[in-house]
Amino acid sequence: MIIRIPNPSLVLLIGPSGSGKSTFAHKHFKPTEILSSDFCRGLVSDDETDQAATNDAFEVLHFIAAKRLAAGKLTVIDATNVQVEARKPLIALAREYHYLTAAIVFNMPAKLCQERNEARPDRNFKPHVVRQQNQQLRRSLRNLKREGFRNFLYVMSTPEAVDAAHVERQPLWTNRTDEHGPFDIIGDIHGCFDELVELLKALGYVISTQPDGNTLIEPSHGRKAVFVGDFVDRGPKVTEVLRLVMQMQKTDAAICVPGNHDVKLVRALRGKNVKRTHGLAESMAQLEKESTEFKTQIAEFLDGLVSHYVLDDGKLVVAHAGMKAELQGRASGRVREFALYGETTGETDEFGLPVRLNWADEYRGPATVVYGHTPVAEPQWVNRTINIDTGCVFGGKLTALRYPEKELVSVPAHQTYYQPAKPLLSEPDKRSDLETQQTDSILDIDDVLGKRVIRTRLHHNVTIREENTIPALEVISRFAVDPKWLIYLPPTMSPTETTSNPGLLEHPTEAFTYYRKHGVSSVVWEEKHMGSRAVVIVCRDPETAKRRFDVAGDTLGICYTRTGRRFFDDTAIETELLKHIKAAMDKAGYWKIFNTDWICFDCELMPWSVKAQELLRQQYAPVGTSARVALAEAVASLKTAAERGIDVQSILEDYRQRAEAVTGYVKAYQQYCWQVQSVADLKLAPFHLLATEGTVYFDKNHLWHMETLGKLCQNSEHNLLFATAYGIVDLTDDTSQTEAIRLWEERTAQGSEGVVIKPLDFVVQGKRGLIQPAVKCRGREYLRIIYGPEYTLPQNLERLRTRGLSHKRSLALREFALGVKALERFVQREPLSHVHECVFGILALESEAVDPRL
Amino acid sequence: MLLTISTTYSPATDLGYLLHKHPARMQSFALAFGQAHVFYPEACTEKCTAALLLDIDSIGLVRRPHGQFAENFALAQYVSDRPYVASSFLSVAIARVFSSALSGKCKDRPQLTETEMPLEARLSILPCRGGEKLLRRLFEPLGYTVDAEQHTLDTQFPDWGQSRYFTVTLKNTCRLSELLTHLYILMPVLDDEKHYWVGEAEIEKLSKHGKDWLTAHPEQESIVRRYLKHQRRLTREALAQLREEDVQETAETVQAQEEEQLEGGIGLNEIRLTTVTETLKQSGARRVLDLGCGEGKLLRKLLAEKQFEEIVGMDVSHHGLKIAQERLNYDRLPEKQKERLHLFQGSLGYRDKRLTGYDAAAVIEVIEHLDVSRLSAFERVLFEFACPQTVVLTTPNVEYNVKFENPHAGNFRHKDHRFEWTRDEFQSWATRITKRFGYTVVFHPIGPEDENVGPPTQMAVFTRES
Repeated sequence: MIIRIPNPSLVLLIGPSGSGKSTFAHKHFKPTEILSSDFCRGLVSDDETDQAATNDAFEVLHFIAAKRLAAGKLTVIDATNVQVEARKPLIALAREYHYLTAAIVFNMPAKLCQERNEARPDRNFKPHVVRQQNQQLRRSLRNLKREGFRNFLYVMSTPEAVDAAHVERQPLWTNRTDEHGPFDIIGDIHGCFDELVELLKALGYVISTQPDGNTLIEPSHGRKAVFVGDFVDRGPKVTEVLRLVMQMQKTDAAICVPGNHDVKLVRALRGKNVKRTHGLAESMAQLEKESTEFKTQIAEFLDGLVSHYVLDDGKLVVAHAGMKAELQGRASGRVREFALYGETTGETDEFGLPVRLNWADEYRGPATVVYGHTPVAEPQWVNRTINIDTGCVFGGKLTALRYPEKELVSVPAHQTYYQPAKPLLSEPDKRSDLETQQTDSILDIDDVLGKRVIRTRLHHNVTIREENTIPALEVISRFAVDPKWLIYLPPTMSPTETTSNPGLLEHPTEAFTYYRKHGVSSVVWEEKHMGSRAVVIVCRDPETAKRRFDVAGDTLGICYTRTGRRFFDDTAIETELLKHIKAAMDKAGYWKIFNTDWICFDCELMPWSVKAQELLRQQYAPVGTSARVALAEAVASLKTAAERGIDVQSILEDYRQRAEAVTGYVKAYQQYCWQVQSVADLKLAPFHLLATEGTVYFDKNHLWHMETLGKLCQNSEHNLLFATAYGIVDLTDDTSQTEAIRLWEERTAQGSEGVVIKPLDFVVQGKRGLIQPAVKCRGREYLRIIYGPEYTLPQNLERLRTRGLSHKRSLALREFALGVKALERFVQREPLSHVHECVFGILALESEAVDPRL
Repeated sequence: MLLTISTTYSPATDLGYLLHKHPARMQSFALAFGQAHVFYPEACTEKCTAALLLDIDSIGLVRRPHGQFAENFALAQYVSDRPYVASSFLSVAIARVFSSALSGKCKDRPQLTETEMPLEARLSILPCRGGEKLLRRLFEPLGYTVDAEQHTLDTQFPDWGQSRYFTVTLKNTCRLSELLTHLYILMPVLDDEKHYWVGEAEIEKLSKHGKDWLTAHPEQESIVRRYLKHQRRLTREALAQLREEDVQETAETVQAQEEEQLEGGIGLNEIRLTTVTETLKQSGARRVLDLGCGEGKLLRKLLAEKQFEEIVGMDVSHHGLKIAQERLNYDRLPEKQKERLHLFQGSLGYRDKRLTGYDAAAVIEVIEHLDVSRLSAFERVLFEFACPQTVVLTTPNVEYNVKFENPHAGNFRHKDHRFEWTRDEFQSWATRITKRFGYTVVFHPIGPEDENVGPPTQMAVFTRES
């Protein structure tokens, strides 16, 4: 026997103890797919045969089954299931999750079951138990079909039949995940044949009329049409549309899902008593003259359409009225109903039309959903869903969405064929486009709070722990800029491995070694400015800020810190700065070159004292002052004692060194401070061009970034935009590396913070995944600010060398991957919640406990 | 950190006996946090100076076992002034290195410990929170002549101002043990910081070292409070011990004082909370939200009203919620009370299905903490998605600020306020809300209403049009 079961489905094995269910299950299913009542009994009581534990065991079994069904997994219930009361909750569970059910029945001779049980040491059933189970099974057999196993019921009555059985899994009809397109998804046609032909031509399809009057369609370049249903009613050429669509489906040039009008037509064609309203009368009149045979064909075609499709590895879902995430790829009456009619509240509005619940507002699924059903003036993306019914039959237009390009193509209606019940422009749900966008921009607490797993392109799944989301929520809510501006946050950066070079903690050699080890042959060094990290977004005009970032007020952009706070308390300075950058963009002609109205940079803003004023006054300067005075007094006292002949020489020497170290420390922080009276005192050093409209620049190497930004800096007045010094290092060439090291030594001796070393390419995947996008190599004097004035004393340095980098490095990769993802989502115009999820994740990761000195 | 102690007592070298350290040698002592060295820069019969040089291990200070870092480990801790200043570290070192001198014992010359002699202590860097004024108020009543030199933060950046550090010379004629005891207690008091956990043991130290002089010290209360890290319960107990009072009595006095304060002039906050509670009661609400509940002052009032069957407190600050939980004694509430109260973290910038289905929401002194640009999200979260029947919302009336005694010129009432509205501004905002989301609104003054500038707080009560 071939046992065909839908995948996924809930499979019940039914049969008395000893009828061979478990053996069968283990032969045909994965161990994780089988939920056994015996095993659950063992879980809760340590004894698989403890009947007293039965209730608890089934609670566990149902709980696990529910989780698997929610996840869309095929699940096999290995329990006797001979009583109708035992099956009922399982069938109810399947209904709840819109699952198909299958039953495999082991109707074995009672004697055989008895013998098998006796042969097993752990089964000490009395014979009457199996006898009773057999009777219950027999009573059940009659009713199983009615209970919910109509289509998938298999009964085996001999051990031979069981041995010979073969299980075949059939994907559900809705599952066409192996179709990858590209697709042209076409909205509600309603008999608008002429517009359909025009649209197909516009999409590049070749259409010719055959001698027999049939229309032949040649798809363009391996593309496939997908129709969202509602082929019929209201419009002038219903027959022609049906003929064309049926032909296209037959030749595999199209995929069709049914609409509510199509379903109603089938019922009318089959002579059912249907109210001929909403254009059905017109369809029937047009079909009048067709042959009975053709009408039967039409009915079969429309009746055979599957409620919705999951395409392209699950990334695309097409359904007439849309599809909620939890119903996608499922099978039940409810799923079909949702696909045809959507979800309504049961009320009607002032036009007598049903009031719809807006599932798209709440949609958080990963798949793109394309649908029609309710005419709208313009298609609008809402949370990865789009309605492409632009009301052609009502005098609107017929629209197609090209996938994966996500381009819209439409042709206008030749005329208004049918008067809409309410004006098209107020459709749907009386919302204007602006309001739709607003729905997009509302963030939901469920988007951020609790444990989260974010899928990134560069670095697998990134997990955000709940304890880290708690502080992040407070920071974002209280201190961060409007989330609409927060399209990126920079990742943390790891230093180089600790060097063994005497007197130093960091040295370029280790960075070179790291990258060489991971197969990188050239790296770039860039001067590391000692200022504060800043993300800057500049728009061409305030209208762009309003339109693209959906922010109110008259603003040109924003400048925010690495924790998402506004950089300047004084908005006048920010405005001046943004104007300055805009002027440089104008002069460099970059708006045109990058075909954009806005641009986003990753920068360092100097001086350090602008943002770190409090830190300097509360922490750095006090340490310098107290250390200077205290150490000077100590040295003086020790000297006096030494003059008296007391042996304090070793301590005196030590304190002299410490006093010197403190002088170095004060000098180090002073270099990064200067008075800022106006914007002209600032220096902004952009080092990554992150994004412009529609594009991110992670595929460009760092030379491109440096050159592009260098050119921009040349167009800046009074050097406010400050070009970063950089160079390229050939890791296969010793002289090239020696030269870079010499430069590092020279620069850091003059007070430079150090350098950042990056692989030439922005993103490098090594053998074992993503490698560090950058490592920093800080100078000896600068590190006094980080490790304390006296870190260079030999006894201190030795101990500091044992720092561990692995956590910091893993953090750097996770944050980098999230940042890239956030920007990619933003330029792809994904909803705000998807961008925000990544940015929020970065901020949450920043609260992981890691040595902040790294 | 250097502490020197000099005397011109004759013979001055007797200082060596008192300190139990030989003037001709340098001695070093290992401490948990570093090393202490004792040596004498000068030692003749006319004048003798002993130096205690404390060498704190700055790297070891911030190192934790197994490379673990505490959650709030911040930059502040390793670029630290601790190795260079007089602080609780120095107190500990005094107790360790000069223990017999501190407790007034001297094996070889017992009579010396009772001798008052001219003494001079010099602290190279003493941090004084409270400035020179407090420094003098602490030492002068004990008979010291105080000489203090304050240091600027950074001579290159004079606009950064003065530091809190002083080089201090204290002169007095007293017993050495007295000088050491005064330093032992008062250095951490001036620093207003301790490097170790402060608990009951600190009260004992205080009464052991302070009983002779602290009872009559005019700054007794602030000394005790600072020494015990501002912990109210400990402070109360310690003061009671010093005054040899019964603790029970003290607690009663405190309560009485609180009551007096209450009756003397009911604070604005109290009026506000009472008004809000009354308004909520009148609305007939049974299930209420306190959005931005902070440390739970309103929640406490709501809990006392039987009418409210379910009370939810939400705040963005997890820390604040923890305090609210403590203040409301949440863990010890009877089961029935506990069931009425729910506290959770949330943000008014995010739509939140946990907030739907309530009769009323209180938003008390919250909106002024939101950036204006984020008000629109807040409006939708509350009025469109949570949409309770009643919303009670209060915010400061900026016009009233002129009436405050110390008006911060151009500033708001609280550092975190992002805006404060006039009555007109508030009312036009509220009216806009009613039009957009289908509510009606009534405005009420809270607090004494002034003829020209209105009340200190303004309240709007929104009601949903059904």
